[in-house]
Amino acid sequence: MTSSASTAPHVVNFTLANGLDVVVIPDHRAPVVTHMVWYRNGAADDPPGKSGIAHFLEHLMFKGTKRHPKGAFSEFISEVGGMENAFTGNDFTAYFQQIAKQHLKACMAFEADRMTGLILTDDIVAPERDVVLEERRMHCDSDPGAQLGEAVQAALFTHHPYGIPVIGWGREIEGLNREDALAYYRRFYTPENAILVVAGDVEPDEARALAEETYGKIKPRGAKPERIRPAEPPTVANRLVTVADDKVEQPGWQRHYLAPSARTAREGEAEALEMLAHLLGGGQTSFLYRTLVIKEKLVVSAWSYYHGAALDESRFIAHMTPAPGVTLEALDKAFDRALARFVEDGFDAGDLERAKTRLVADAIYARDSQSDLARWYGSSLAIGQTMRDVEEWPARMERVSAEDVIQAARGWLVHKPAVTGHLTPLVDEAA
Amino acid sequence: MQKHFPVSPSHSAVNVDVVTSPGGLRFWLVPSYAVPLVSLEFAIRGGAAQDPAEKAGLGALTAGLLDEGAGELDSQAFHRALDEKAVEMSFHCDRDHSGGRMRTLIKNLDRAAELLRLAVNAPRFDEEPFERVREHLNARLRHDANDPGTLANRNWKAKSFPHHPYGQPADGTLETLARIERADLVDAARRGMARDQLMIAVVGAIGEKDAAALVDKAFADLPAKAKLKPVAEAAFAGLGAIEKIDLDVPQSTIRFGRPALKRDDPDFIASVVAAHVLGGSGNMTSRLFREVREKRGLAYTVFGTFYSLDHGAYFYGGTTTKNERARESFDVASAEIRDVALNGLSKEELEKGKTYLIGSYPLRFDTSAKIASQLVHIQLERRAPEWLVERNREIGAVTMESVKRAAHRAFGDGSLHTTVVGRPEGF
Repeated sequence: MTSSASTAPHVVNFTLANGLDVVVIPDHRAPVVTHMVWYRNGAADDPPGKSGIAHFLEHLMFKGTKRHPKGAFSEFISEVGGMENAFTGNDFTAYFQQIAKQHLKACMAFEADRMTGLILTDDIVAPERDVVLEERRMHCDSDPGAQLGEAVQAALFTHHPYGIPVIGWGREIEGLNREDALAYYRRFYTPENAILVVAGDVEPDEARALAEETYGKIKPRGAKPERIRPAEPPTVANRLVTVADDKVEQPGWQRHYLAPSARTAREGEAEALEMLAHLLGGGQTSFLYRTLVIKEKLVVSAWSYYHGAALDESRFIAHMTPAPGVTLEALDKAFDRALARFVEDGFDAGDLERAKTRLVADAIYARDSQSDLARWYGSSLAIGQTMRDVEEWPARMERVSAEDVIQAARGWLVHKPAVTGHLTPLVDEAA
Repeated sequence: MQKHFPVSPSHSAVNVDVVTSPGGLRFWLVPSYAVPLVSLEFAIRGGAAQDPAEKAGLGALTAGLLDEGAGELDSQAFHRALDEKAVEMSFHCDRDHSGGRMRTLIKNLDRAAELLRLAVNAPRFDEEPFERVREHLNARLRHDANDPGTLANRNWKAKSFPHHPYGQPADGTLETLARIERADLVDAARRGMARDQLMIAVVGAIGEKDAAALVDKAFADLPAKAKLKPVAEAAFAGLGAIEKIDLDVPQSTIRFGRPALKRDDPDFIASVVAAHVLGGSGNMTSRLFREVREKRGLAYTVFGTFYSLDHGAYFYGGTTTKNERARESFDVASAEIRDVALNGLSKEELEKGKTYLIGSYPLRFDTSAKIASQLVHIQLERRAPEWLVERNREIGAVTMESVKRAAHRAFGDGSLHTTVVGRPEGF
């Protein structure tokens, strides 16, 4: 059992005999616990031609088991005044409940039961597939901005499954069936592949005893399932992806670069990219905002983001909204110009200092929310990071130098192949 | 098979002190020393309901400019000052109130209090941030101009509350934002920011004395009385009507609603239980969820809930279904609403609904910021701290008879005012 105090006091982790990893984050301010199970598989593990199966299965996990009929788990959570939900990402699938502490054991028993006991019939699978198709229509097919987002991802990742939307392509969702779901379930829903996170009003020893009584009864499979994904080939091509739609009244601009994830980066590189995203486009004092919003007035908003929390090579993103009368082509140039200046002129020592102050404070603010902490640990472990990686993160951010940040920008952004996305109104050329 | 589980204790883990500062300001305080931070939330009655119709969005724009330069600090200097101490500060404008929240590490409390004081008392409304923030709001309006949910919501509100501020969009339109001048912002802030309409909650690693000093520093210099214009009761229009807005999308976004009971109505709490069972948000066992989503696969989201405002109350719900089945989705939802209106709830539904609402209440209090927000919300509802316990007692006291009466009064004959956006079949 290891314990550390840097990000959250007394966080404890251990592994059950069947291979299930457990993290306990005590927080005794309210008689409430957050209970999460994370599986180390996500949409990027969908078999070819079956995109959307990880997410579809997440929906189907609420449909009952041998022991508990459809809806029994949700009814229980509802009756005890709890909250529940689930989410699927590229690299993980997670289920969570928040409940009064005395219901923790019952909740664990339900969740452990559905790790292996899921029962599916065609008359349950079919309407739920319609629900997922409606979800896709709502979030993607009715929104040109979301359609551009999907197209940009698909252009950035030409071969790796990060290029496929988590919810799946519509035509492939239509073809998903009970057998697909069960095959995927049997492959990934195992104790060795899962991480249990319990945060809240519970002591580690008590959580451990409860976990052993419930999850501990599940038979191990002997080995973790393998995640086999094709690597993204290197590219020299710049790509422009455009969605023109007459529903668009506010054009938008975005650029996506391939960048290493926290897992694939060399030591210190992910931290430098994180700091770069902060200094370049993290809020109103960032370089892009000062330069392009306030000084040049070319855009009304500008931000950048580094997605480091991924298993495989990931991405660095910038988004801008043009001011009236400014073309998207002008923004292509303006962004490159701003980036070049950022790398040449650097930034004040004060900028870096403020960014570090902010990031260290964030680690303390995070301790105010048991569910945020649970999410942070769960998502980090699910992509293969260690407890130490999580706990030492603020210290590693403190060590990032100005030189590291400039190097990261040169190494991954400046003159590097990227995908640029343009969202524009539909202009009728014939008119 | 019906199982029974012990009901979670309805005790509140939140111990509230009502404090009066040396400067004469009353605020609610929850000391909590586990994490070295302080959250402050405040609200001031007024809000978007005070916006002139031709300048809708004035409150939102004013709130958006409070952290864009104050006192000696211009916008950039103010934001840099926040960053230097990692102080979080934001301001918003709701329909009946505006407000803000601030979070700081306890070690930076003095600086945070000073910055909050400046933002609240001495906003500069400089030309540069004024134009920039207005342009930002414009961009957001254009971005959402053909968003089905936004279109449906705006139309439904405009037609439900014509000639009333509740029918105006709180974030304005391109036309109304363009009419706002700097003098309007100054006037709105001067008339609205006052001590008599102020509600404050402080939560975190702070004792009574320091919290009172923080509150006095930020708010004690505000004028004593706000100059608010009276707002009429909002009459509801459009029952039975269905408006269609054509949009080339594969789904129809349906929004519906009707007048409901106000917070001070004796049947209000019972009607909340009825609405929760019918379509409470996040309730994966609600009737609408079961009938529309689970059984028929008609939609990903479906909901129905009550909004009780200072000058009116209404039920509002909706769902989003592919065009071909839009009518079916609407009919299924309407039938459930009519059924609850006529027959109330089953004994089992009532008990489960009550248990959920009682048991889930503590989950609203699991972070400092959420506690502060809840406490200001309770003050806005003109209730005392005892409400933290009374609320669950009142829900527990709802009977089959009272819920039936409340549902009948709130849902009437079940008729709705409806807006559909998309290319729906059958409408």
